[in-house]
Amino acid sequence: MEDEEYIVGEPIYYEVLSAFMSIFIWGSGQFFLCKQRLKGILLFAIQLIIIAIEIFTGYWPEYFAGQIEHFNFRLYGGYFTHGIWGLVTLGQYKGAGNDHSTVLMLNGIICCIVIFFILVFYICNIVDAFNQARIYRRTKKKTSSKEYAKQLYREIFPYIFLTPALLMVIFIVIMPIIFSVLTAFTNYNRNHMPPGNLVDWVGIENFKNLLHSPIWSSTFFGVFKWTIIWAVVATTTTYFLGMFQAILLNHPSVRFKSLYRGIMILPWAIPQMISLMVFKNLLNGQFGPVSALLVKIGVTKERVMFLSDPALAKFTIIMVNLWLGFPIFMIMIQGVLSNINNELYEAAAIDGATSWQKFYKITFPLVFRATSPLVVMTFASNFNGFGSVFFLTEGGPANPDYNFAGSTDILISWIYQLTLEHKMYNMAAVMCIMLFILIGGISLWNFKRTSAFKEV
Amino acid sequence: MKTKRFKKSDVVAFLINAELILTSILVIVPVIWIVSSSFNNGTSLITSGFLPKSFTLDNYRRLFHETSYIVWFCNTFEIAILNMIVSVSLIMISAWTVSRFYFKWKKAGMLTMLVLSMFPTFLSMTAMYTLFVTLGLIGKPIALVMIYTGGAIPYNVWLVKGYLDGISKELDEAAYVDGCSRIKSFFLIVLPLSKPIIVYCAVSQFMMPWMDYILPNLLLSGDDNKTVAVGLYSLIHGHENLYFTTFAAGAVIVAIPITVIYLLFQKFLVQGISAGANKG
Repeated sequence: MEDEEYIVGEPIYYEVLSAFMSIFIWGSGQFFLCKQRLKGILLFAIQLIIIAIEIFTGYWPEYFAGQIEHFNFRLYGGYFTHGIWGLVTLGQYKGAGNDHSTVLMLNGIICCIVIFFILVFYICNIVDAFNQARIYRRTKKKTSSKEYAKQLYREIFPYIFLTPALLMVIFIVIMPIIFSVLTAFTNYNRNHMPPGNLVDWVGIENFKNLLHSPIWSSTFFGVFKWTIIWAVVATTTTYFLGMFQAILLNHPSVRFKSLYRGIMILPWAIPQMISLMVFKNLLNGQFGPVSALLVKIGVTKERVMFLSDPALAKFTIIMVNLWLGFPIFMIMIQGVLSNINNELYEAAAIDGATSWQKFYKITFPLVFRATSPLVVMTFASNFNGFGSVFFLTEGGPANPDYNFAGSTDILISWIYQLTLEHKMYNMAAVMCIMLFILIGGISLWNFKRTSAFKEV
Repeated sequence: MKTKRFKKSDVVAFLINAELILTSILVIVPVIWIVSSSFNNGTSLITSGFLPKSFTLDNYRRLFHETSYIVWFCNTFEIAILNMIVSVSLIMISAWTVSRFYFKWKKAGMLTMLVLSMFPTFLSMTAMYTLFVTLGLIGKPIALVMIYTGGAIPYNVWLVKGYLDGISKELDEAAYVDGCSRIKSFFLIVLPLSKPIIVYCAVSQFMMPWMDYILPNLLLSGDDNKTVAVGLYSLIHGHENLYFTTFAAGAVIVAIPITVIYLLFQKFLVQGISAGANKG
């Protein structure tokens, strides 16, 4: 490593020349100036392969032979040029068999990712030419390709093991996110469905729409408000009920502790989706047994529409979520409670503290400090609490003041409806970006407070 | 004086026990209701009260003969097993690499992963759909395995990295001195010591397809490709009076093994969740 350090005043023409050569012909600096023959040839071969891919996937030979009169990238471009053309134009001719805008966009994105990696490799090649030239100039000894391969293996060992996971993440996570973000700047919706129609770039039109078109902005802010209320209320109710139950279970007068615990843990263990579908039927206003029972014992005269009255439906969703969500906090807080040193309470008792003071001054601060990361995580995941809303009400009941959203829709279920039911992909993508900023902000803030951030 | 104080604590004890009993009842009623519905005569929701009027196994018979429940179950099981194997191996290898080796752009990469882990995979479903249409994988279970694995990597790599950082590196170094290769040290030293976190990842990845509705609904079409979640939902969506008790039977069958797994691995799962909240 010492060899690679720059000494002030030292002439570096040799290195610059080597890097300069490798800019045009990959590996040439390594081959001619550093005497690394095999490596130079390999690098050059890679460059040739990349160029060959472009030439032979397109119609470049015919073009150079003068057989094509009106050259365009749409018909005659190779993998790279055609891909970029697709991403830039999103297609020029509509109709089946012609340009399919979204497929072109997808291929364009993949093509850009490939180009990105080629660029990274290319830059590594130039930097390497520079460094190897310095080593050669100073030592006048050539590093054989074999030695270099050994050294290289040591350096890229981690990357080899990360490659499969990295590929998965790039194609399954990153690429779709790029696609979504780009969709927010197009007019991809039910009026522009490929292959029948073309999709076009529209700039920030959709964002303007969101803020200035009355129907969109009132829907967005309405749904947004309910999303926040939902996330806050859902998190706090489950947290405090969980804490309450844990403290009660911890009380010395309770017998059959494990029986109670075993029962109360069930909502956590039963698959959530199943529970939600069961509740949807249990609370069904027309046919469900709960509203039937209420009528029978005379509490209400008519059947209660738990899930189809806007306000009541919101309340019901929160109550069902409480049923689902309190056990995990109960388990966690029980764990914390069992670790609290009993001497603290004994000392407090000597000082004459009441049980409320004991809770307020000892139990709560300790429990809260231990569980606050979990609270924030639950809060962030409640923003994405798709299941509770979708399986209970499907976002309904319908709200005449909203555009494509129901009264109980939160952002994420609205996005789902916009995408699958109404095919408003562009607006859905705008909402995705909004949601992402929101959740990302909360989680990053939370994460910054914890230690893991510093020790990456 | 003394009797009065006894009385007060008695009242407290009574109230506490009463509350616990009440909560337990509220928790268990829906469970009992769905189980009893699955043994109830008749098919509709409207006749499924809290107490079964008669006992029958007809609903289970109908579930197996009139719906494709067995096929759904096998589909889900296949996806679950594949997903578990593929994602756990990828997660472990990557987390080990990140935890044990230094490489360029590690910090930037890990922070990117962190941001990505906050984005629910299904939000980009349009892109997923287009991607799998292009790849010709629509309707194939492998598409789901790929999505679940890819989606699980960012979060779980963070989680497992935190766990592996806690395993002393001196153990590895001692093994290197003894001539153990890096890959060998992974299999012989690190893996056996990380059993709890492996169990957590394996169980949570195994559960994924049983719980998920959106992606299978989007990517797998046709009755024979459905997963249990999609199949059960289709039974009650809009015709709760035709198939409700059949749905109940199906729900009970899938819920029992999963509940048992959760209860069995409770300790590991709780550990995993709290480690996740603290990110190591």
